[in-house]
Amino acid sequence: MTEAVIEARGLVKRYGDLQAVRGIDLEVNAGEIFGFLGPNGAGKSTTISMLCTLLQPTAGTARVAGIDVVRDPARVRQRIGLVFQDPSLDDQLTGRENLDFHAFIYNVPAGQRARRIDKMLALMELTERAGSLVRTYSGGMKRRLEIARGMLHQPQVLFLDEPTLGLDPQTRRSIWTHLNELRSRTDITIFMTTHYMDEAEYCDRIAIIDRGQIVALGSPDQLKALVGGDVVSMTTPEADAAAEEIQRLLKITPIRDDGTLRMEVRDGRKFVPRLVRELTVPVDTISLRRPSLDDVFLKLTGHAIRDEEASGTERMRAMASRWRRR
Amino acid sequence: MSVDSAVQAPVAAAAEPVDTRTASLRAVYIIWYRDLLRYWRDRWRLAASLAQPLLFLIVFGSGLSSALGRGAVFGARGGFSYIQFMYPGIIGMAILFTAIFGAMSIVWDREFGFLKEVLVAPIDRWAVAVGKALGGTTQAMIQGLILLILAPFVGVKLSALTILELIPLAAVLAFGLSSFGVMLASMMRSLQGFQVVMNFLMMPMFFLSGALFPLQGLPGWMTVLTRIDPASYGIDPLRRVVLSGSGRPAAVIDQFALTIGGHVVPITLEVGIMLAFGLVMLGYAVAMFERRD
Repeated sequence: MTEAVIEARGLVKRYGDLQAVRGIDLEVNAGEIFGFLGPNGAGKSTTISMLCTLLQPTAGTARVAGIDVVRDPARVRQRIGLVFQDPSLDDQLTGRENLDFHAFIYNVPAGQRARRIDKMLALMELTERAGSLVRTYSGGMKRRLEIARGMLHQPQVLFLDEPTLGLDPQTRRSIWTHLNELRSRTDITIFMTTHYMDEAEYCDRIAIIDRGQIVALGSPDQLKALVGGDVVSMTTPEADAAAEEIQRLLKITPIRDDGTLRMEVRDGRKFVPRLVRELTVPVDTISLRRPSLDDVFLKLTGHAIRDEEASGTERMRAMASRWRRR
Repeated sequence: MSVDSAVQAPVAAAAEPVDTRTASLRAVYIIWYRDLLRYWRDRWRLAASLAQPLLFLIVFGSGLSSALGRGAVFGARGGFSYIQFMYPGIIGMAILFTAIFGAMSIVWDREFGFLKEVLVAPIDRWAVAVGKALGGTTQAMIQGLILLILAPFVGVKLSALTILELIPLAAVLAFGLSSFGVMLASMMRSLQGFQVVMNFLMMPMFFLSGALFPLQGLPGWMTVLTRIDPASYGIDPLRRVVLSGSGRPAAVIDQFALTIGGHVVPITLEVGIMLAFGLVMLGYAVAMFERRD
């Protein structure tokens, strides 16, 4: 039996009338990469903040590394590493100085400080730039430095809140390469939130969260199996009529997503010719693919994960960094 | 039960028990150290912050010196020239501005996220307020004491003893005002409030502190305001010690000193007032920081 490193029971967070998190139960095992997937405003950050002792739960309990987050927050904090959604580096210090500061404040023994810093710098491929001011780092380097920093006091769990938000796809991939490397070299447990579906694929297990509740939990494959067979998507200028025809003639209920109709079918290759034959409404495109986590999310919640709010945050961040450069 | 959770915890974590008291003392040190590191690194700011006192001394001081030289208070007849009078006030000004700005860099840290890194560390929150106050104190002290090298240019003689006396006095003033700055910062959530603090607190504090004119014989309302201004109790001792190095009789120096009800306030009392002010402000800041947000 593996021991649960994170254990939450009935976690609730209420802000006045608004219930941001409505009863979350989960267990994360040692050595796992656990993903918390959901759209913005679903309660991901609120949940992670409660697990990290940064927010008091309204109700429920949580234990991290075996310690109660409400009763003994200081001991929890000594055993977790944190990478926040927003940057939290001192950009007027060098990379190494930022790590030094952290090691000191987290009471890393003096004899081990330099060695651990060197090791983490090497692992995150920042050794060459360790002496440069953080102001001169790229977005991806800053993120890697924050990951290195979060690992210095040898935590049992590394919490990452949207670690790749605002980074370009190439940088996001590189962050993942580094996280996987980190996992293979240490016995760290990683708990992360993301609203990027493709990133959730890297996780061992995922909890899909929507409107403050977990709607599904399992490995990416298990979750995808919830969508039976293949996914056929069709775009048409007359979506309503098409949906009605499909329902009537093919006995399948398509899911509407703007002008796109999605259908889950057992054998897509046989279904597509039938679809084309039976439909009388005009069709623009038809595509056939294996189910993705997007489809799982759509099936479970009835709506797609949207990026609008995220791009707002990214705009704000771009403004902030421009401002900082002066 | 907490016992079994300790048993479950793996060896690596057990080797580093969480003692927040020592951790907090270490945090005070590293927060202070970071402030000084940044201060040293920012040479431009260092140079720029000397420009303002120089401008005051050279232009403002020389101008008023010649205008007031024929008057009853400043001049050659046993007294001091205006520029000599003003010089310790300018040291006080440098301390005032540096202390408050230095401590209020907490607001910048909050805005750019670094404060979060500090606040989530397994330390007590008082350490953040104390570390920042001491960081501001040290910067302000250095900034003020650097100006002592200008003494020969304004015709003030400083003995080694005078300088030794000035160091703790500068430190006390710097501490009081830094704590005040940390207190202000603990209440501010954004950089917007900064301009307000600058215009409605720092400038009045500077003008009423006796840095630019003697605090005797003022209109009643102003006498009251100058005695309420905490900076007055920090700048007055600086002036009295600097001017006492000239060897003039105490009566000459006392005509510039801070009085309450016609009596000259003893330096020890002024130091006491400044220290008490600093401690109260710091206490308030600590209380604000310990409220969890």
